[in-house]
Amino acid sequence: MSTGTLWTVVLAGALGCYLLKFAGLSVPAAWVEHPWVTRVVEFVPAALLAALIAVQAATSGHDLVLDGRLVALAVAALALALRAPFVVVLLLAGAAGALVHVVTG
Amino acid sequence: MAADPARTATLRDAVGLGVAVGLYGVAFGAAAAGAGLDTWQALAMSALMFTGASQFALVGVLGSGGGALAAVGSALLLGTRNTVYGVRLAPLLAPRGLLRRAGAAHWVIDETTAMAVAAPDRELGRLAFWVTGATIYLGWNVTTVVGSLGAAGLGDTAQAALDAVVPAAFLALLWPRLQRKASEAAVQRRVALAGAVVALALTPFVPAGVQVVLAVVAVALAGRPRPGPAAREAAA
Repeated sequence: MSTGTLWTVVLAGALGCYLLKFAGLSVPAAWVEHPWVTRVVEFVPAALLAALIAVQAATSGHDLVLDGRLVALAVAALALALRAPFVVVLLLAGAAGALVHVVTG
Repeated sequence: MAADPARTATLRDAVGLGVAVGLYGVAFGAAAAGAGLDTWQALAMSALMFTGASQFALVGVLGSGGGALAAVGSALLLGTRNTVYGVRLAPLLAPRGLLRRAGAAHWVIDETTAMAVAAPDRELGRLAFWVTGATIYLGWNVTTVVGSLGAAGLGDTAQAALDAVVPAAFLALLWPRLQRKASEAAVQRRVALAGAVVALALTPFVPAGVQVVLAVVAVALAGRPRPGPAAREAAA
């Protein structure tokens, strides 16, 4: 892909993403008061975050993959259950991912 | 009140989150470099797009050989959730005038929304939004450059650590929603499980990044309005 095409992709993507954000702050309040919208907004983050976690921890391209990321996710879950602070959770997960990589080569 | 403990806690959490998100910035800069973007292009994405999942999706599609339309399309699909966040934040932020609304819109992302919505009152919600936005914006852009420049020197092990940090951070954001004290925790857990299962099931069949959006759409449709038990009884 040429530099010019890359810049086009970068800038078009950025403009589009900005307009999506701006639209959210600009739509009429009446849309928000619809019960289904309220309901969806309440639960979208859980579905989205869980989907992102699953995809980022257990897939690579079109394949399901079991590797250090899943081990790190388990370590993170344990740390969260023990009420570790956010940064500690991330550091432990990173260390677990690195360790599995070193051990499994 | 400057000495208000709730205010102090809000500021501390906002700054802490900004620092933590900086870890992703390094990962993004490295991923962008791996996909063939130079440091200026990586920085332009962090400064102008400024929504991590969309940025990762775009460079992920480019890195795996996807075309320009698929790359931009996946970024936009993931960016739609910021529209939902904006709808939720609009009454809380109530930005006056086009300029302030245009400025606030740029910082409507996962983390600022989570912090603003979690704050105990409206004033702290606004504070959380702006402070989280500012610290993340600064940290995200600086660390993007660091990641982009450092990518060449990054070994496999450091890359494996970064790959492991990203899902762990999303889990940390999801976690509080699933706890017993959260509102409708049982429903939140079912929704989260459904989102993960649908996304994994679709992974082999759809372009990278699209399964996440489809999972959210599927869960939203599953929760569409239906006549409740009371309505059914009335009809019977």
